[in-house]
Amino acid sequence: MKELEFPFDGRQIMRCRRAIKKQLLAEDTSRIHIKVAVLGGSTTNDVVSALELFLLDSGIEPEFWQSEYNRFYEDAVFGEESLEAFSPDLIYIHTTSCNLTLLPDDPGMDAEEVQHRLEEQFGIFRQVWYELTKRFSVPIIQNNFELPLYRHTGSYDGWGVTGKAAFISRLNVMLSDYARRNNGFYINDISYLSAALGLEKWHDQDSWFLYKYAMNIDVIPDLSYSIACIIRAIYGRSRKAVALDLDNTIWGGVIGDDGQEGIEIGEETAEGESYTMLQSWLKEYKSCGVLLTVCSKNDEENALLGLEHPSGVLRPEDFVSIKANWNSKDRNIAETAQELGLLPESFVFVDDNPAECAIVEAQLPGVYTVTASSVKDTMYRLSRSGCFETVSISGDDLDRTAMYAANAQRQAQQQKYTNYTDYLLSLEMYAEIHDFSPVYLPRITQLTNKSNQFNLTTRRYTEKEMEEVSRSADRIRLCGRLTDKFGDNGIVSIVIGKCQGETLHIELWLMSCRVLKRDMEYAMLDALAKQCRRRGITRIMGYYYRTAKNDMVAQLYGDFGFTLLNRSENGSSVWSLDLDSYEDKNHVIRVNEKETIHG
Amino acid sequence: MDKTEIKERLNGVFRDIFDDPELSVSEETTSADIEDWDSIEHINLIGAIEDEFSMRFKMREVSGMKNVGEMIDIISERGQ
Repeated sequence: MKELEFPFDGRQIMRCRRAIKKQLLAEDTSRIHIKVAVLGGSTTNDVVSALELFLLDSGIEPEFWQSEYNRFYEDAVFGEESLEAFSPDLIYIHTTSCNLTLLPDDPGMDAEEVQHRLEEQFGIFRQVWYELTKRFSVPIIQNNFELPLYRHTGSYDGWGVTGKAAFISRLNVMLSDYARRNNGFYINDISYLSAALGLEKWHDQDSWFLYKYAMNIDVIPDLSYSIACIIRAIYGRSRKAVALDLDNTIWGGVIGDDGQEGIEIGEETAEGESYTMLQSWLKEYKSCGVLLTVCSKNDEENALLGLEHPSGVLRPEDFVSIKANWNSKDRNIAETAQELGLLPESFVFVDDNPAECAIVEAQLPGVYTVTASSVKDTMYRLSRSGCFETVSISGDDLDRTAMYAANAQRQAQQQKYTNYTDYLLSLEMYAEIHDFSPVYLPRITQLTNKSNQFNLTTRRYTEKEMEEVSRSADRIRLCGRLTDKFGDNGIVSIVIGKCQGETLHIELWLMSCRVLKRDMEYAMLDALAKQCRRRGITRIMGYYYRTAKNDMVAQLYGDFGFTLLNRSENGSSVWSLDLDSYEDKNHVIRVNEKETIHG
Repeated sequence: MDKTEIKERLNGVFRDIFDDPELSVSEETTSADIEDWDSIEHINLIGAIEDEFSMRFKMREVSGMKNVGEMIDIISERGQ
């Protein structure tokens, strides 16, 4: 919804929040339901109301539990019946510098005493996380701490032994260290947010005295948005690709008119320097796993000429797709999305022309558009909108562009073959399909929470839940990795089934869209059948839960040879497969070294 | 500022906050008259009114106002 897109008018959102909520709930869209426990060290009501709107707008329907005022420590450490009964999927701890009870308050303290206080203060929070993790093992989002506005000693407060700002900065480093070492623990960086908005705007002691809000109520929507971005990232709903216009967006001038020597890029002019900086900034997104694509009204040869400018930073090979033609941009983005196996709503579109942005918004409402009125504005919007919010960077993120480049080579290869099976055989595919191993768990969880299209049940798991699944004795787990002569696709498919007597119920079946139509799903089914037989299972039950995004697998179990038992009105269905007469279906992928391909 | 104008703009704020296009307040209206007007919503209401009239209530006023009439009196002094 436009009102909730960054940059938003927080005041207006709070004023009209009931109407906005009503409108969001009336939208015909499917959302995942998550239970969020909010443990506060100050009032949390408005934080929760704004967070609810941002999450609803991101396809997430939250249900909240809030601690009583400033009961975060007691509820976490001693337990609280209603919290246990609520059984959260995610915990947010809304504490701020108001909750720091051990800030140095005497300039006469020595370094040792301050260090002791620091450790004790950290220990209070660590105990909160420890107790919550022990009881719930769900993701925890924890605010770090904002700097104070008022200082007794000026700059000295930031570095002196007994400085409050110095104490807070050191505490924040301890929080970050803890977060890096503990999976499923995430920092909501209010130290950054309060600085970005300005401490003078952030702090409002009247809000504290009147309502026990730890910050100016005007900045609460910004705070909630920051939390929403982290939750989106945890549930795999951050954007995945950026579609870039070229002329006057990533360089100054028009390549078709000005020629390669005429466009502004490079250190010679202020404008050229700004575009060089923007290109470097964009290139760094690539290393964070964001896919770069071009969407420009240009002749392709001119577009490439611009991207080969000697002073340019972005090169044609940095892009997984270059669409430089005269088609409408929404059509180009839709096609790019399809080629990459992504949904349009995974895209951010950047163009200096507001009319192009408006057309894309109208035709593809899920795309987030950025009107590039200047380099600094583009960077501001890309950064502060949180559209590429990340909660971890895996090896796969670093290689993602290379993987898609290999896909382009595969497509070129496909054109050489008239028979599709011959093409598949020519790829010399090799799969490893095994039980989950600990080293793959983060990637398995990441893929599980990101996959929307080739996903039969769209069931989400936190890392902790996935760890539990991986230890469960009555489950069959498969994770499949696919390699071919063009490269390694990494972990691309996950299956989890629960054994009940002689029946296996499939709880999760998903595959990355980057390996569609490679028969990997058959290899997975063969492996599953084999595991089942080993355990004396004779029947597999498959469940298809229809969502707005997984139509592509509505018939998957039918294609597998399952029998349809029931199809409900909403399109979901239940299937069954008798294993007695099952024969292997994959004949093109070599699986687990020792075996040979059949047929 | 003219109290009729204040009341009209106040009605706009109340209608947005409580999402009720029919809502109309008078000098005598208190939080007891509007079902959703609780202490939590009061904070939003005050914020939205401050925004609407580009003014700030004093702490004493926020907790001391007995009805909409008193609110209008304060706005007529300092609101824009």
